[in-house]
Amino acid sequence: MKRTLVSASVLAAGLISFSNVAAELEISVTNLTHGNHFTPLLIAAHDSANHLFQVGQMASPEIQKMAEGGDIADLDALVSSINGVTSANPAMGLLNAGASVSNVMLDTGDNDVLSIVAMVLPTNDAFVGLDNWVIPTEAGTYTIYVNAYDAGTEANDEIINGGGMSGVPGIPAAPGGDGGENATGVMDNATNSYVHVHPGVLGDTDPVGGASDLDSRIHRWLNPVAKVVVMVK
Amino acid sequence: MKFMTLSNKNKLIALATCAVLISGCSDDDDDPMIVQEDAPAPVVMQTFDVTVTNLSANQPLSPVFIATHGADQSLWMAGAPASVAIEKLAEGGDSSDLTAISSLTHTVNGNGPIMPGMSETLTLSINEADVASISLATMLVNTNDAFAGVNNYDLTTMAVDDSSMMTLWVYDAGTEANSEAKGSMPGPADGGEGYNSVRDDVDFIHVHPGVISMYDGLADSVLTPSHRFDNPAISVKITRAQ
Repeated sequence: MKRTLVSASVLAAGLISFSNVAAELEISVTNLTHGNHFTPLLIAAHDSANHLFQVGQMASPEIQKMAEGGDIADLDALVSSINGVTSANPAMGLLNAGASVSNVMLDTGDNDVLSIVAMVLPTNDAFVGLDNWVIPTEAGTYTIYVNAYDAGTEANDEIINGGGMSGVPGIPAAPGGDGGENATGVMDNATNSYVHVHPGVLGDTDPVGGASDLDSRIHRWLNPVAKVVVMVK
Repeated sequence: MKFMTLSNKNKLIALATCAVLISGCSDDDDDPMIVQEDAPAPVVMQTFDVTVTNLSANQPLSPVFIATHGADQSLWMAGAPASVAIEKLAEGGDSSDLTAISSLTHTVNGNGPIMPGMSETLTLSINEADVASISLATMLVNTNDAFAGVNNYDLTTMAVDDSSMMTLWVYDAGTEANSEAKGSMPGPADGGEGYNSVRDDVDFIHVHPGVISMYDGLADSVLTPSHRFDNPAISVKITRAQ
């Protein structure tokens, strides 16, 4: 508190300018995929002692809810409970392939890292994830390329059936209207219950059957799946 | 090498000092002190902890191979043919030929495979005079000849407690056709053959195009969709502990 007052008075006197612990961020996120949507984004500044997720660790129930159904409400509340600050759903809905959301302002306060998550749709439990990016103390513009992770909480059966609640198999929807139906399901007895780099969806070219309701010509991706630009003021 | 040069130089200076002292004074009980001065300097060690995490969906990693070596050495080069040592690692997870390379200053091998989602930390203590570059290699075992690793990372700029985190992509050794066929891959998806000296692929190291799987039109493949992978496949954190 005392330090803040001192620096404020120094700044007011116009003697020097420097950035304090708190940072004012202006963030943009671009969906780099060919044909996948991002569900509402959660952009969070929080303390580096906490992680929203970590590769090689089990996903929390809050992450599971986001990754399987795109619901960020619990995750948002969790960040608030640890004195983090968030921008929830800055794109006001889905972020289409190729689209960007810009001018997302975030006053980080004392929080030192930035995390960003959103479900990749249509998938079973894929999400775009930035884990504890250290917020630079130096003003400038920083670009980060972000990968897609598999939450490890649901089998990748690639069946579009409306299943978006945690623990319910299946994919909620293909927002582009480009999904198939009546798939028999991708059966793969793999069990990796940890957050891991997503192996990518399989898809097929049969809109009324086949193993997958996804279209292999539309819904595949390779990392990175998102570009994040952070302006530290 | 550097260390040896330095200690020889010290020895020369010590000898010169000794000669001056001897000629300058009668030889009585000064001698033991001169002998003490001549003792070799203590060996200073640097210790590095290397943590490897398997980020893949369903590709166990063969026991990790880590080596330190001179800055002018590389275990492999993209675009060039793989050495037999890299071929053995990439086709069969066998690091014994890599370990046997005499010019490596230190080597360490992992205690076993690293399963998806798991990590292993290995420690190297290196004579300070040998600290230069580090390399690491491991096979993705449910493939014909895919491997990932660190190729010649500079350790000399790391201070105590510094750490470096990197995520790494997958290479194809180019030494074995990516048939994905029964009997051709050593991992649990197949339990087939590891190293085979026949080179029936492009014979240069390249970024791996990914596996196809039986679901995606490769009828003979024994792999399933979860064996497919995207980059990065492993993460490596190097911390200088001492």
